[in-house]
Amino acid sequence: MSDIIEITLLSLKVSLIATLISLLIGLPCGTWLALGNFRGRSVLLSVVNTGMALPPVVVGLVVAMTLWRSGPLGDLKLIYTPAAIVIAQTVIATPVVMGLTAASLASLDPRLSQQLLGLGASQTQMIWMLWREARLPLLAALMAGFGSVISEVGASMMVGGNIRGQTRVLTTAIVLETGKGEFEKALALSALLLMITYLINLALTMIQQKGRKR
Amino acid sequence: MNELILIRDLLIQRNGRDVLTVNSLQIQRGETLAIVGPNGAGKSTLLLALARLIKPARGQLTFNGSPISELNDLEYRRKISFVFQDPLLMDMTVEKNIGLGLKFRGTDKEETRVRVRRWSQAMGVDSLLGRRASQLSGGEAQRVSLARAFVLDPELLLMDEPFSAVDPPTRVQLLNDLSNLLSQDHRTTIFVTHNLKEAAQVGDRVAVIINGNLKQVGTPKQIKEKPADKNVREFLEEL
Repeated sequence: MSDIIEITLLSLKVSLIATLISLLIGLPCGTWLALGNFRGRSVLLSVVNTGMALPPVVVGLVVAMTLWRSGPLGDLKLIYTPAAIVIAQTVIATPVVMGLTAASLASLDPRLSQQLLGLGASQTQMIWMLWREARLPLLAALMAGFGSVISEVGASMMVGGNIRGQTRVLTTAIVLETGKGEFEKALALSALLLMITYLINLALTMIQQKGRKR
Repeated sequence: MNELILIRDLLIQRNGRDVLTVNSLQIQRGETLAIVGPNGAGKSTLLLALARLIKPARGQLTFNGSPISELNDLEYRRKISFVFQDPLLMDMTVEKNIGLGLKFRGTDKEETRVRVRRWSQAMGVDSLLGRRASQLSGGEAQRVSLARAFVLDPELLLMDEPFSAVDPPTRVQLLNDLSNLLSQDHRTTIFVTHNLKEAAQVGDRVAVIINGNLKQVGTPKQIKEKPADKNVREFLEEL
């Protein structure tokens, strides 16, 4: 039982940290992509949109090669640690948050930013107001980012190694139990994963709907 | 010096194409200049340039005797106020919408409350202060947008066809209210429209822009009686 609690808490911890980091990177970069007027913007946007469908195993492979003892960041000794899983999950979630942020802001009236500037908003105030105006789709971007990492298994397995008591998370534990033929245990862990995902999305959806009614 | 705005040899380009040329234009402090012209003539472009939301390719644009390009961008924009064709209200209450520009300027809450009350009454929307912007009719939303601009007490008010999106009866009422307000308020205003009748009602002077060129500036009577050229005459006939 304590094993399951430990695995669940680690799953939540790494996925929430990865989602938070992806939000810190994806929100400003997505905003820049949506509002910026520079050469190569469309190409960059298409790269980010492609990144939204990055296969987790490919991300796992690249991150594992980077963090491997002989890799460029091998000296950091991060491979097979929770930090490695956070890095891989951040790589997976960031394009999702970035792409959906850009799409959310692009769906606003393009004259809204001019109107805000025309009322004397500074650049920061203008961006803050645009985020406020697009808060519902932005929250959806956050949910999609979290959903993409809490449920992935390939990257966590490759960079974390599924080490008991250290890097085992819910998804890798499910794979392990299935491999051992322990279907009941695997099903119980799957139900737990689904319930956690549902509860977090329920909380975010309630915030979103509250914002809609205001 | 009584002029607030002075424009000389202004050229604005978009994608390398000339979209507006103004050889000379002066706007006196306290006057309302109405700009008329067909759709796509460059009227809104002039307002955007005056608000420093687009940069001219060349020319002199001065505000209060100082070149606009030398003024701090934010400080300058906080001396003006812009009303667009659509109200473009934020998803918040009417009260918060009207006070938005004051919030950007860091005005304290009590002063904001007093000014918002004053201008919401002047625009006839004081009973709507607690309502959300999404629950307003087109006419109510445009009144809120006007209150949001006037509450800032701007030195220059820029209005880009503010009533073109509302139904005709509301439009007549809004125009009457605005021209009464401007005649009492004596605020320097540039009012863009494609309707000469509206221009004559609101403006002390009228400027005609056709095909990206400022063709004529004068009183509504002068424009009607002595069109500067064939293009202006044809435009007036079409109306």
